[in-house]
Amino acid sequence: MADRKLRILVAKPGLDGHDRGAKIIARALRDAGMEVIYTGLHQTPEMIVSAAVQEDVDAIGMSIMSGAHMTLFPAVIDLLRGQKADDIKVFGGGIIPDDDIPRLKEQGVSAIFTPGSSTQDIVKWIQEHIPARA
Amino acid sequence: MAKSAKKVSLSKSKAKKPVAKKKAAVVKAAKKAAPKKAPAITWDATTLKQVSTEVSRWRKSTLSKSLEKMPTRKAQFVNDSGIPLPDLFTALDRKGERFDEIGVPGEFPFTRGTQPTMYRSRLWTMRQFAGFGGPADTNKRFKYLIGQGMTGLSTAFDMPALMGYDADHPMSRGEVGKEGVAISTLKDFEILFDGIKLDQVTTSMTINASAIIALCMYIAVAEKQGVPMGKLGGTIQNDMLKEFIAQKEWIVGPRPAVRIVTDMIEFCAQHMPKWNPVSISGYHIREAGATAVQELAFTIADGIGYVEEGVKRGMNVDDFAPRLSFFWDVHNDFFEEVAKFRAARRMWAKIMRDRFGARDPRSMMLRTHAQTAGVSLTAQQPYNNVARVALQAFAAVLGGTQSLHTNSLDETYALPTEDAVTIALRTQQIIAHESGADRVVDPLAGSYYVEHLTDEMEKRAFDYIRRIDEMGGIIRSVEEGYPQKEIGESAYQFQREVERGDRLIVGVNAFKSDFDDSNIELLKIDEKVAHEQMERLAEVKASRDQAAVSAALAKVEAACRDEKLNLMPPVLEAVKAYATLGEVSDVFRKVWGQYREGGIF
Repeated sequence: MADRKLRILVAKPGLDGHDRGAKIIARALRDAGMEVIYTGLHQTPEMIVSAAVQEDVDAIGMSIMSGAHMTLFPAVIDLLRGQKADDIKVFGGGIIPDDDIPRLKEQGVSAIFTPGSSTQDIVKWIQEHIPARA
Repeated sequence: MAKSAKKVSLSKSKAKKPVAKKKAAVVKAAKKAAPKKAPAITWDATTLKQVSTEVSRWRKSTLSKSLEKMPTRKAQFVNDSGIPLPDLFTALDRKGERFDEIGVPGEFPFTRGTQPTMYRSRLWTMRQFAGFGGPADTNKRFKYLIGQGMTGLSTAFDMPALMGYDADHPMSRGEVGKEGVAISTLKDFEILFDGIKLDQVTTSMTINASAIIALCMYIAVAEKQGVPMGKLGGTIQNDMLKEFIAQKEWIVGPRPAVRIVTDMIEFCAQHMPKWNPVSISGYHIREAGATAVQELAFTIADGIGYVEEGVKRGMNVDDFAPRLSFFWDVHNDFFEEVAKFRAARRMWAKIMRDRFGARDPRSMMLRTHAQTAGVSLTAQQPYNNVARVALQAFAAVLGGTQSLHTNSLDETYALPTEDAVTIALRTQQIIAHESGADRVVDPLAGSYYVEHLTDEMEKRAFDYIRRIDEMGGIIRSVEEGYPQKEIGESAYQFQREVERGDRLIVGVNAFKSDFDDSNIELLKIDEKVAHEQMERLAEVKASRDQAAVSAALAKVEAACRDEKLNLMPPVLEAVKAYATLGEVSDVFRKVWGQYREGGIF
């Protein structure tokens, strides 16, 4: 019980402005008792990683609908490694074809939630897989 | 039959008649039809009394007996906008229904349609949105669709083009050609429309923040084909207010963005009589989570915003309002969707006549494009999407749309393949030629339910508009995030209903398949598109007259800083000199700053 609340950065990388999903997830995580920081739209990987480090979050959840996921997820993970902040887990969702999921996981993405995932699935996954960092 | 067809060609907004003659005919028709008498009430007291007696009797006997044996599945029924639905709609729900609120087609308030004969004279335009990869890829898809019987082009641009970045900008990483066609310079437009005579098609371009650049490139390509801008027919979406509300693709903030839109409305009114300079769009508002009522309200409010800006500039409302067009989303709640189209036409007619004092009936006529709801499609059991699209398309047709895009079954995954697009287009052709929907104007008019919904949606949407007016208008309310918050709330409620199982979505939270049926062919965009785009961009930059580009961009900047100048002429000059989309957008950023939205949720 002494654990501090989980801190999650919900991020919208790239140029895609479809933020319906990101905002719903942000609200659902907050309703589940987590501290949520939402970056707003059109973030570069650099902006996301810098916000994650500054806000000392436990995980980054990214939402991508534009098809740029194979570029943007690895970019964020590389930058986290570069800053020795790769204990911050990265998960995500959006329009991501099945074939791309194993490739993203190989590159270090912890989980991908595709359309139809419930907010409760995501909350549960976070609670089970993301330990609050000391 | 021949007689009525002849009559129509005079007042059809897109008929190939000289503009002046057409206008005169419409004004004359309106004069003749202007009603003076007190409006007729549909249901008289005697009838209503009889209905009331019968319904009470029915409730006490037949209904209550039935309910004992077979209670209703839910205690209360409501539609998707939360409008309560009683156990039976009768004439009693239509007490006080005025004939002049429903009227006849082709006349104020246009509830029954913008044209007197609707599809009996001319079917809606089947306009499939297309754009992917490089301009040559999309050009090929355009030609394919034209070959399959499509009657109008519709261009989707990639995210960098929509946000004002060239293919080689760092923000464009991974996005070039992905969600639409990649465009950086006039050269790309020349390839995009190669071999398509621009005086023989109408083209729709879905682009907003950088719309002025795209329209200028289109004008420049046409000129190269020998087609003057006055002959160009089509629509550019150019609805920035809904970008700030919902789709979130922008360059500069709301006020300068609306100034650019207004410049384009003004320029088109003077030089491009067949062009719709803005398509006031509910589509994205709805996709972001709005209810149908909210879509109706915020979209009409956006329309009011543009008209106000035009009038403020000293334009006569009848000089530009006839070319304002609309764009609705069509979801699954069939009757609500039909009612939405009808309510929208009536609201716009009243607003234009009573609020803005328009006198030309064409200013009061809400012409619209429609698209089936992308957000309603499911990744699970994707073939079910064909059924959803058919249902939605049928609603748009019964609602009286002027043009329609039907989504493809694979669009929850990626841009559609050619096979999937063909099924979507065939769906429209089946509705047009096999369903019989083309034979009667406004076939659901007079339905107690549909008329009730039409009234109710209008009432609820006007309530929103009143609130927006009280806040100081749509631009102010967008700056304060009011529509955004209302939409976010509806989206969250919807998701909760789905997760609680209060709302069933076939294949998602009900009737799930045990087998993986998502194994459908997908369109992949090769990363080589980005390289080719960057190479072509570099070639253009190397071969253009750099001094001419710099001079033209300086004129764009001067026009940005002087509200008395219209931005269209200098932007046209700049794109003709092969200034890039990113360079022109950079001028906007330099003058007004890059807009950013805070992370509110």
